[in-house]
Amino acid sequence: MNVALYAWQRATAALMAPLVLVHLVVIFYAMGAGLSAAQMLARTRGSIAWGLFYGVFVAAVSVHAAIGVRTILIEWTPLPRRAIDGFAILFGLVLAVLGLRAVAAVVLP
Amino acid sequence: MADTLQVSLWRGGSDGRYVDYAVPARESQTVLDVVTYVQRHLDATLSYRFACRVGMCGSCAMQVNGRARWTCRTHVSKVAEGGKLTVAPLENMPVIKDLAADMREFFGKWQRAKGRFAPSKTRNDPVEPIDPATPQRRAADAAIECINCGVCYASCDTVKWDKDYLGPAQLNRAWTLVNDVRDAGNRERLVAVSEGSGCHSCHSHQSCQEFCPVGLNPTRSIAGLKRKSLAAYLKGELKP
Amino acid sequence: MSMLANRTRPLWFAAMIHRLSGLGLAIFLPFHFLVLGLAIRGEAQLDTFLRWTDQPLVKFSESALVGLLAVHMLGGLRLLALENMSWRGGQAVRALGLIAIAALVAVYFLVRVF
Repeated sequence: MNVALYAWQRATAALMAPLVLVHLVVIFYAMGAGLSAAQMLARTRGSIAWGLFYGVFVAAVSVHAAIGVRTILIEWTPLPRRAIDGFAILFGLVLAVLGLRAVAAVVLP
Repeated sequence: MADTLQVSLWRGGSDGRYVDYAVPARESQTVLDVVTYVQRHLDATLSYRFACRVGMCGSCAMQVNGRARWTCRTHVSKVAEGGKLTVAPLENMPVIKDLAADMREFFGKWQRAKGRFAPSKTRNDPVEPIDPATPQRRAADAAIECINCGVCYASCDTVKWDKDYLGPAQLNRAWTLVNDVRDAGNRERLVAVSEGSGCHSCHSHQSCQEFCPVGLNPTRSIAGLKRKSLAAYLKGELKP
Repeated sequence: MSMLANRTRPLWFAAMIHRLSGLGLAIFLPFHFLVLGLAIRGEAQLDTFLRWTDQPLVKFSESALVGLLAVHMLGGLRLLALENMSWRGGQAVRALGLIAIAALVAVYFLVRVF
C-alpha cells in the first residue's frame, strides 16, 4: 500500500479503537440485560448520539476493511492489481451502503 | 556425536531436488565447511557462493534447516537436528544453480529504494564534521552495519507475498540515508519508499530483526520511514 | 524441506491472527448490517432473528466474533504503538498477552450468554 492508503487505514484504526470499546460495552450490556428488539430500538430510535456514533463507525470500518481486504488479496491471490482495486472499492461501497442503511433502520424514528 | 552427518543439499535450478550426502562430522565445523567438503570430496559440480569465511562479506547466506543464516558463522553442532542438515539456496530469490541464489532483484530493489548515497558536496568542499551524538546520526548508526547478505530478505513473508515489496534490507538502508545530513537525495528517496509496496507494506512480523546476523532491526528502521513519510504526506510534501 | 523458520515465531502467529480476524470481521459485517436493516421493516422481524440467535451454536459463533473484534482491536493498537512511538522490545510477549486478553473477553461473553 502507498502512503495515502496507509494514512487512511491507520487513521480509521485509531478512530475505531475507542468506538470498538464502546461497541463491546454495548454488546455486553444488551446481552446482560436480555433486551428484546423492541427494548433496543426504544433506546436507539430518534437518538442523534447513537446515529452519529454508528454512522462514523460504519464510515470508518468501510474504509478500513476495504484497504485491509485489498492488502490480503494482493498478497494471497494471483489476481491482477486492477481487479483487486476494483473489488476493494466495491466492497467498501457495499459496506458503507449496507451499514448506513442499518444505522438508519435502527436510529430513524 | 555421530561419525557422519546426513546432509541434504539442493541441487539444480528451481525445478531441482534435494540430494543426500554423508559428510564426516568434526569437532568444530561450520555449515560452510560441510558444503565445501561436499564440493571438494564428493561432487565437484556443486555450486555455492562464499568469499571471506569470517562473517564480513555477506555472500554465504543459505537456508539451513529452514532458516536463513550465514553458513560461515553457523556451527553444525548448533543447528543439526539429529545429525541432519538441510541446506537450500536463500528463499525469495530465484535459484541460479544448487545453493547459489540470484540476488539481482535484491540489489535492483536497493537501487529502487534509493539506497545510493547522494552527495550534497564535492571533493573541493571541506570535509563536513558530523556529531555522532545527534539523534539523527544515532538513528543512522544503529542501522548502518548491514552487509547485504540477504538473510532478512529471505526471511520476510511480505517479500514472499508481494513480489514488488522493496524489502527490509533496502528500506533499512534508505532509513540510514534519510538520517544522513550529508545526503541530498531524500526528497526522491521518501517518494520511492512511499509508493505502493514500499515501507507501508511492512507488517512488522520482525523476522528481519530476529534473524539479522549482525543484530540490526530493520522493522524499527521501517517504522521510522513510515513516520517520516506520513508526516511529509500530511504536510503535502508527498504526492502518491 | 523444513518448515520456514520465520513461520514458527510468535509474532508471525500474531500477525496471522490479526489478518484472519480482520478477514473474518470483514466477511461478517455485511450480514451484520443486513440483519440490523431488518428493523426498517419493524421490530417483529428483528425479534424473530434475535430468537434464532438463542441457539447454542449461534451463541458460540457470537462469542467467537466478540473475540475476533477484541483481538483485532488489541493487535491493531499494538501495531499503532510500534509504528508511532519510540521503539520497545518484547513485542512477542505483548502480542501473546493481548491475544490472551481477547480470548478471555470471548470466554467471558460465552459464560454470560449461556
